[in-house]
Amino acid sequence: MSDWINLRAVWEIVVVGLLAGAGLPAIFAIGIRALGTPGKAHVTPAEDELVGGSRAGIALAVVCFAIVAAGIGYGIYIVVASGHK
Amino acid sequence: MLALVIITGLSFDFTNGFHDTANAMATSIATRALSPRIAVVLSAALNLVGAFLSLSVAATIAGGLVETGLVTLTVVFAGLAGAIVWNLITWLFGIPSSSSHALIGGVIGSMLSAAGSHAVKWQGLVSKVIIPAALSPFVAALVATVGTFLIYRIARSMRAAGRSHGFRIGQVGSASLVSLAHGTNDAQKTMGIITLALIANGTLGAGATTPLWVIVLCAVTIAAGTYAGGWRVIRTLGKGLVEIEPPQGLAAESSSAAVILVSTHFGYSLSTTQVATGSILGCGVGRKGAAGVRWNVAGRMATAWLSTLPAAGIMGAISYFIANGVGGTGGIVVDLIILIAFSSGIYWRSRASTVNAGNVNAEWRGTVAPPRRAEVQA
Repeated sequence: MSDWINLRAVWEIVVVGLLAGAGLPAIFAIGIRALGTPGKAHVTPAEDELVGGSRAGIALAVVCFAIVAAGIGYGIYIVVASGHK
Repeated sequence: MLALVIITGLSFDFTNGFHDTANAMATSIATRALSPRIAVVLSAALNLVGAFLSLSVAATIAGGLVETGLVTLTVVFAGLAGAIVWNLITWLFGIPSSSSHALIGGVIGSMLSAAGSHAVKWQGLVSKVIIPAALSPFVAALVATVGTFLIYRIARSMRAAGRSHGFRIGQVGSASLVSLAHGTNDAQKTMGIITLALIANGTLGAGATTPLWVIVLCAVTIAAGTYAGGWRVIRTLGKGLVEIEPPQGLAAESSSAAVILVSTHFGYSLSTTQVATGSILGCGVGRKGAAGVRWNVAGRMATAWLSTLPAAGIMGAISYFIANGVGGTGGIVVDLIILIAFSSGIYWRSRASTVNAGNVNAEWRGTVAPPRRAEVQA
């Protein structure tokens, strides 16, 4: 049976798929939300403004986007490194 | 004769490209994260890059599915012809069927009629193609459902306009990744087939890897096909299945990219089309129930998926009988003439309801044919 279906590979696809395919976008969403957190200044931001003005929010957003970028870079590196055997 | 086979292979690669632009770009075009023109250019460029990244899938196709010792050029040619015919038929109806299955079905069909069932490596076929094909849409749908749910949960306090703006930017990144992933998986398939033809011709030894010039030719051709843009399929995926908001688009694309890349890593030749469709369904399910999903469109797609392998197989077998009946290079030429006549016919039929960059996002009224301009204004 194990010759016909590689269960380990299936599990890995599910787990890695969830981590990268759902986890990274969720972190991206945290970043977008943090970026949009309003700051102290009492200015009403434009309707589709991305940056809310909160410093802590911007810092958190930068961290989130960095995690996402690193995750993507690592994933592509793995595929390239293993793809030319 | 080898040249004819390679040209036919590249023609298939071209149909593969334009059939599959939709996988990466349908959601971004539908949410207006990217304009249709920019989307196809970006997708084409990244497909080109992706094609160079990995050779795992090409290796599966070239060595893992049929007994390379029994393959002849006529078999490869007939398989390709069958795949092209099926790809064009499904494109006409705007159905996102799998180019990969068309190709594999076509080659196996012609192989079966040429040498009988012992020539097919059934175990490789089941473990590397059939099972991944059956599971991948569900995995993709699951990942996209979870992703969509999380995103809406996290971003629920945000105002809709700001949220859309942010996620549109994210979509440019995620759609680019799908295009890249598509290059790593789909461009490989034609490379594998041409490698198979070269082995059959004796140009390469059995078990040889894909030569560089084949990689370059396939990469360029699939990019050109992608640039040509399969607007009909884009329309079905982007507008027909689910009405998509930017956060859903991001979730769907991330899911597709992740699942395709991981599978490429394992050398599974899965259908990027089915993964993308699964993801789009998932992003519809993940947001307040399944109300937004047009299940009848999904059902039509599923039918096309199930029929692709056998249908392309039959086409492949038929073109083998024709080519083999006439014999030699002449047989391939006869097949080629029929193929060209058929393609022209399909193209002529498609002119009756052109879908292009201008009307790809027009309101969905039950079919891929866009409403005529007069109706839109009325």
